[in-house]
Amino acid sequence: MKSIEDLIKLRDSARKNINMRLNPGSIRIQIGMGTCGIAAGAKHVYQKFQEEIREHNLKNIILTPVGCMGECAFEPLVEILESNGNHTIYCQVSERVVEDIVEEHIIGGAPIEKYFLSAIKR
Amino acid sequence: MLERIHVIICGGEACSKQEAKDIKREFDRLLEQEGLTDEAKTVMTGCMGLCEYHPVVVMYPGEVFYQNITVEAVATIIEEHIKHGRIVEQYRIPEPFDRGKIKNISQLKFYKMQKRIALRNCGVINPLDISEYIARDGYFALAKVLREMDPKTVIDTMKQSGLRGRGGGGFPTGLKWEFAAKSVDDVKYVICNADEGDPGAFMDRAVLEGDPHSVLEAMAICGYAIGAHQGYIYVRAEYPVAVERLEIAIRQARELQILGRNILGSHFDFDIELRLGAGAFVCGEETALIASIEGERGMPRNKPPFPAVRGLWGRPTNVNNVETFANVPVIFMKGADWFKNVGTEKSSGTKVFALGGKIMNTGLIEIPMGTTLREAIYDIGGGIPNKRKFKAVQTGGPSGGCITEKYLDTPIDFDNLVELGSMMGSGGMIVMDEDNCMVDVARFYLDFTVEESCGKCTPCREGTKRMLDILNRICEGKGTEEDLDVLERLGKMIQESSLCGLGQTAPNPVLSTLKHFRSEYEAHVYDKVCPAGVCAKLTTFTITEDCIGCTKCARNCPVGAIHGKVKELHHIDPALCIHCGACKVACPVNAISTKPVMKEEHAHV
Amino acid sequence: MIVSGKQLITEEKLAHLYASMEENKKKPGPLMPTLHEAQKIFGCVPLSIQKIISRELDQSIAKINGVVTFYSQFSIEPKGENIINVCLGTACYVRGSQGILDAFSDELKIAPGETTADGIFTLQATRCIGACGLAPVITVNQTVHGNCSVQNAKEILKNFKKTL
Repeated sequence: MKSIEDLIKLRDSARKNINMRLNPGSIRIQIGMGTCGIAAGAKHVYQKFQEEIREHNLKNIILTPVGCMGECAFEPLVEILESNGNHTIYCQVSERVVEDIVEEHIIGGAPIEKYFLSAIKR
Repeated sequence: MLERIHVIICGGEACSKQEAKDIKREFDRLLEQEGLTDEAKTVMTGCMGLCEYHPVVVMYPGEVFYQNITVEAVATIIEEHIKHGRIVEQYRIPEPFDRGKIKNISQLKFYKMQKRIALRNCGVINPLDISEYIARDGYFALAKVLREMDPKTVIDTMKQSGLRGRGGGGFPTGLKWEFAAKSVDDVKYVICNADEGDPGAFMDRAVLEGDPHSVLEAMAICGYAIGAHQGYIYVRAEYPVAVERLEIAIRQARELQILGRNILGSHFDFDIELRLGAGAFVCGEETALIASIEGERGMPRNKPPFPAVRGLWGRPTNVNNVETFANVPVIFMKGADWFKNVGTEKSSGTKVFALGGKIMNTGLIEIPMGTTLREAIYDIGGGIPNKRKFKAVQTGGPSGGCITEKYLDTPIDFDNLVELGSMMGSGGMIVMDEDNCMVDVARFYLDFTVEESCGKCTPCREGTKRMLDILNRICEGKGTEEDLDVLERLGKMIQESSLCGLGQTAPNPVLSTLKHFRSEYEAHVYDKVCPAGVCAKLTTFTITEDCIGCTKCARNCPVGAIHGKVKELHHIDPALCIHCGACKVACPVNAISTKPVMKEEHAHV
Repeated sequence: MIVSGKQLITEEKLAHLYASMEENKKKPGPLMPTLHEAQKIFGCVPLSIQKIISRELDQSIAKINGVVTFYSQFSIEPKGENIINVCLGTACYVRGSQGILDAFSDELKIAPGETTADGIFTLQATRCIGACGLAPVITVNQTVHGNCSVQNAKEILKNFKKTL
């Protein structure tokens, strides 16, 4: 990269990976994978998502690790961002819960309220 | 998460989900149309309990409640409230109204309090992919600085922002940069202090793991400002995930030529190298850290000369900590005035705290300076679990002190905490409840400093050791009246005569607990009782109804003081008990109680 | 030196050390990176290795010994094959990690800092590992276990022994 213009070009093309609004029909799945998250089992959750995505042959999914989301007491945390602007945070996600999220939310389009961070954190 | 305004839309049943969704969609559409998506963000919540006013929208900051909102009203709110900061009276729920009805308050409070600047990308971007950082305007602050500003303007901007060092002392960052810039030398260095040693603080780890590029970018900006071309990150070896992500980040930045020669065609060169710490708390002190990079024992030396004059390998060096650096790119993207408007007059911006100990929502929070301790602990942290009573909050780690209930409404900033006998430190906030013994806590911190004292100066090496001896004695029930005075005198002497910050602040945990919890010390010394039931020698062990009669405690008791039949409640003979705690360790169902039983109750047992 | 049936210093490991020293010598301040590398390769930095480093980096052995003994990450004695760390950071301590350390000490019949006679376990008290949200925390080798209690600490040890 030699100039600011190059930087702008890269930014504009990378934006659609993190802003789902610019990427209609896509879903971004973020897994909190700081030390806390990993200790709570985030790696298994990540792998489980990989498996499920493969198994259901899902397209247009961006699965990505992210850093600490701050709510350490509720790890592992998973955030789902959709192109309609909805975003949902699931907490204390286990491999079992991943199956539910993929089937009901990602495929079925119905977020599962009982696993919401806001439902568990009172 | 950098949005200035949060629009919270109630999505409860009464507000009719459809209506709420339409309102949210209209907000989103207009915000996008007006180019305000970076300024304001919409969030739909569950029912807020304000159904009589439905549909309800709440605006943060300011906590303005609007009622009977229609899709048509959205444009007015955006124009007036978001663009011009004027409250739209016609929709406002008339004050005062009964806030007791509000449900989901914790969720509301969460948005009210938090403001993410240093943690803006943590939990949002993939830290292993530089393009995601760039997609969030990463490295644009560096680009702007290199293209539009001379080093002096960069330093002036930093000074104007009022950013103070987040590693503990709170020294103005811009001033520090200016000192290093004014030192004349053709070789200078920038160091990022990532040796986060405070046990109980992990915000630097979170930044390094979640947003490593923000630190790299800030170091390059600093290098440009002071005239350095090489940076070092001194990171704890205990943070393997952070080390790995930093390595990847540096490699990716080099590949894109954002680090290296002629950055973005500006003729400015800058590169960064990682150096691993090796487990010495004192290396958080900047002169000790520099010695460690040079390959010496990490011992502090006298200042002056300050590192800005004679630092790494004798060259002018600027050292800042991770969180400080993480704030820097934002200051250049949003402007020094924007930053200065956050927080309080003397402490601008936000501070990240690690909430830990006896608190519901342990975790990392970033709050504007000036938020009160009570808001942080109760509104964000959710208070104390298990219906226990709050006792104290410890800030500043081994250098800080304990703050009691009485002072919980103090706004948090650098100066207020020092006034309370504690300090900001790196941002550990450990909450203690009635089950924590303050003498034991003080002993814990002192044990830590004794272990970590580098041994160079006598007051710290010998003085802290003697203080620890006294505390051990008190915890074992052998304390005497004069011990408390000696502790105080010795503590003040160590504060005054130690060489570096570690020694000067080491007595703080003892002195502050002595000040606020003297009666607890006195109970240990005079009554030989530990009121919290922590110090084993001063505690009566009893077996509660939870006992399942497994006999493990009886078998583990070294003096045969425990009796009872299999599958029946066991008893401890207080006359034989030597308070070793072996039964408590052995019990599988946590049925050994260590609550202090007062002497008169004792008679009935 | 032989540790639990394995040769501590081998030709192969030495070659690895020499190669890393060649790299480190190109940079200023090569001692700390070299010691980190040696600790990783051998699991400790005994006197014989310090001598080699002293010769290669042209620094006195007294100084190197001083540095090795200063930092807690470096050890002179080899450690056990498996390392159990109990975090004694503040957040863990106020949530009772001392009791967990005592329980391990009891179970393994060694004091913190020691290695079992068979060389299988080393028990250590460690400073904050930054997983305070999950306090109290222990690590067995690289795996972090959060929200521990005296009871499940024993379970963890029992389960881990099964995998040996």
